[in-house]
Amino acid sequence: MADQQTYNYKVVRQFSIMTLVWAIVGMTVGVLIAAQLAWPALNFDIPWLTFGRLRPLHTNAVIFGFGGSALFATSYYVVQRTCHVRLLSDTLAAATFWGWQLIIVLAALTLPLGLTQSKEYAELIWPIDVLITVVWVIYALVFFGTIMKRRVRHIYVANWFFGAYIITVAILHIFNSAAVPTSFLHSYSAYAGVQDAMVQWWYGHNAVGFFLTAGFLGMMYYFVPKQANRPVYSYRLSVVHFWALIFTYIWAGPHHLHYTALPDWTQSLGMIMSLILLAPSWGGMINGIMTLSGAWEKLRTDPVLRLLIVSISFYGMSTFEGPMMAIKTVNALSHYTDWTIGHVHSGALGWVALVSMGSMYYLIPRLFNRELYSLKLVEAHFWTATIGIVLYISSMWVAGIMQGLMWRATNGDGTLTYSFVESVQAMHPYYIVRFMGGVFFLLGSIVMAWNIWKTIAGAKPATATIPAPAAAH
Amino acid sequence: MADFTSSFWNWFIIIPTVGGIIACFLLIRWLSTAIKPEDEGKEMDHVWDGDLVELNNPLPRWWLNMFYITLYFSIGYLALYPGLGTFKGLLEWTSTGQYEREIDIADAKYGPLFKKFQEMPIVAVAADPEARRMGERLFVNYCATCHGSDARGARGFPNLRDNDWLYGGDPDVIQQTILEGRNGVMPAWADALGGDAGVADVTEFVFSLSGRDVDQAAAARGGEKYQMLCVACHGADGTGNQALGAPNLADSIWLYGGSSKQVMETIAKGRIGVMPPHRDFLGEDKVHLLAAYVYSLSTGQEALEE
Repeated sequence: MADQQTYNYKVVRQFSIMTLVWAIVGMTVGVLIAAQLAWPALNFDIPWLTFGRLRPLHTNAVIFGFGGSALFATSYYVVQRTCHVRLLSDTLAAATFWGWQLIIVLAALTLPLGLTQSKEYAELIWPIDVLITVVWVIYALVFFGTIMKRRVRHIYVANWFFGAYIITVAILHIFNSAAVPTSFLHSYSAYAGVQDAMVQWWYGHNAVGFFLTAGFLGMMYYFVPKQANRPVYSYRLSVVHFWALIFTYIWAGPHHLHYTALPDWTQSLGMIMSLILLAPSWGGMINGIMTLSGAWEKLRTDPVLRLLIVSISFYGMSTFEGPMMAIKTVNALSHYTDWTIGHVHSGALGWVALVSMGSMYYLIPRLFNRELYSLKLVEAHFWTATIGIVLYISSMWVAGIMQGLMWRATNGDGTLTYSFVESVQAMHPYYIVRFMGGVFFLLGSIVMAWNIWKTIAGAKPATATIPAPAAAH
Repeated sequence: MADFTSSFWNWFIIIPTVGGIIACFLLIRWLSTAIKPEDEGKEMDHVWDGDLVELNNPLPRWWLNMFYITLYFSIGYLALYPGLGTFKGLLEWTSTGQYEREIDIADAKYGPLFKKFQEMPIVAVAADPEARRMGERLFVNYCATCHGSDARGARGFPNLRDNDWLYGGDPDVIQQTILEGRNGVMPAWADALGGDAGVADVTEFVFSLSGRDVDQAAAARGGEKYQMLCVACHGADGTGNQALGAPNLADSIWLYGGSSKQVMETIAKGRIGVMPPHRDFLGEDKVHLLAAYVYSLSTGQEALEE
């Protein structure tokens, strides 16, 4: 039982460090492919370095490598701290760490080789899909097993979100990746035609909704009140927005297939559910930002808190933009343009990356019993990252709306005013600005990695004994 | 609607949709009931991890209103548009209907403009600068993907400016090519020619047709095989046959590349060149303009205006 009196920080430490490693790797690849779009010669005519192969590597490294490691680290930390018990099993937790890292390494090997099942955000070939399933089931066991043996009666709101994300991602992954293997490296999807497209975007949009939103809301609900040292603004708001969010998100996928072969009724349902999603999404934003009420002055002095609050603001912004883009008439302009890429990155850089980084600034010093090496460097990180995001999303707004307008412009005789290649040519300056935005964001991440390195270099891993739950229970 | 194989699936869609929207209503109504004034802003009775607590604050009014507005909008939308299973919506709107309406409007507006040119012979259309501009805009959108913005083609896709025609360059033939498409088939000859050596011999002979320096002995061996196997399509002198789309081998234009390796590959493995038909996709009036534009590319401005 000696072992039962401390938290398992080891697995949290491992995932936290890999969060930073995959952030740098994934963002570096992102910067490279952004440069390739501006200067195509940068693929050097080497197949492994072409955009088509590196783009899925970028998305897999940042979503599943960086985002995934951050979610594992924080969910394991939060579920222990808010249940007042050690993780269900150290061995199983270690298995998820090594399994997940293996998956990302395999992704980094197979994708440049051109091995893919060609489903966006689910490119990995079937043997890796099987591995993901195994690791994810173990993850669910560890997480829910820990919840089951909690020493407090109420389950903290962060754990509702982590729980919803773990269950839903399991379902999404299994159904979308269902395939008939033809060899060890190749398979065909279990679905055909428009059904395949619908299953893919049911998965694709909920990878955003549950992996990149619900999971990170769990993160927010622990690290924002902790860093601000303030109570969560409204318990009832968290109940409403949790249930409304998880109910509505799962319907939103068809908005990726507006004006396609997908039946009209399916498109309508996707659109209205995306609109209803606005309020539940903003519920999370309100709860996060209002948690600061009475402590606003901390934003001036605490750059970590500022990082967290700005991330919530970007969350609010992109969850407003999303429902708007799901409206068919708006989508008719925005679909297939770089506006979508800008929208994704205002969520991915502004929300997901910043809330993870803010949480890591809180978490990592505590895992090593150290003070953060430099708040000045956090400040520098905050500004470079913010400038990077603004450059990225504003250039993509202009680029996307311009593309949409060029594609639909017609002459007096009804012929199209611009050929496709002219719209590509017009993108050049915006692609350069976007590349610079990426460089800024990557620089910020490198500053963070240096700061964290100086924080933990030579430090001994911390151990924390489990305190008794508060008397109120 | 063919989307549903039985009425079960119809209700499978309707019930969770309507039920879900009602559940959202009930959820926010239930949790927006008034909080006793003495409880408002107080901490709830739970504490986690030493100091994590939650306040009992009401749902913000503006946020609730926004939520209600989206719910009312959705109900209205589902009444007007398709969404609830097989229910067509009061407007009976369909995306196919919208598309057809927009096409009808465009046809009514632009049709006469195209009609005017369709009634003129292609050579006359090609001489008209306005028609050439319209043709060019159509070309860069529908043809440039394969033939290039400048119409100079790419490997496997013919150059349309060089006056070398696979199927003929008369205006009517060009129009025919665009309307109905073409399927160019060069069979694979590796087996019939006895493998690499035979293929190499024929390659040498083919090169001799356009006056390239060749290994005379190999070309002679290849020539015998050419006269048996290739002559039917490409002709004794190698100038090809436009009725079959068989290319002229005696010029120095090579659709799939003119290096020895590339020509050997063509002979050994064969080639399949496909020009898709555009009759249904673009309609005869637009194809008429395109044919005139393509014709003008190799004919030259001065010749046309004479």
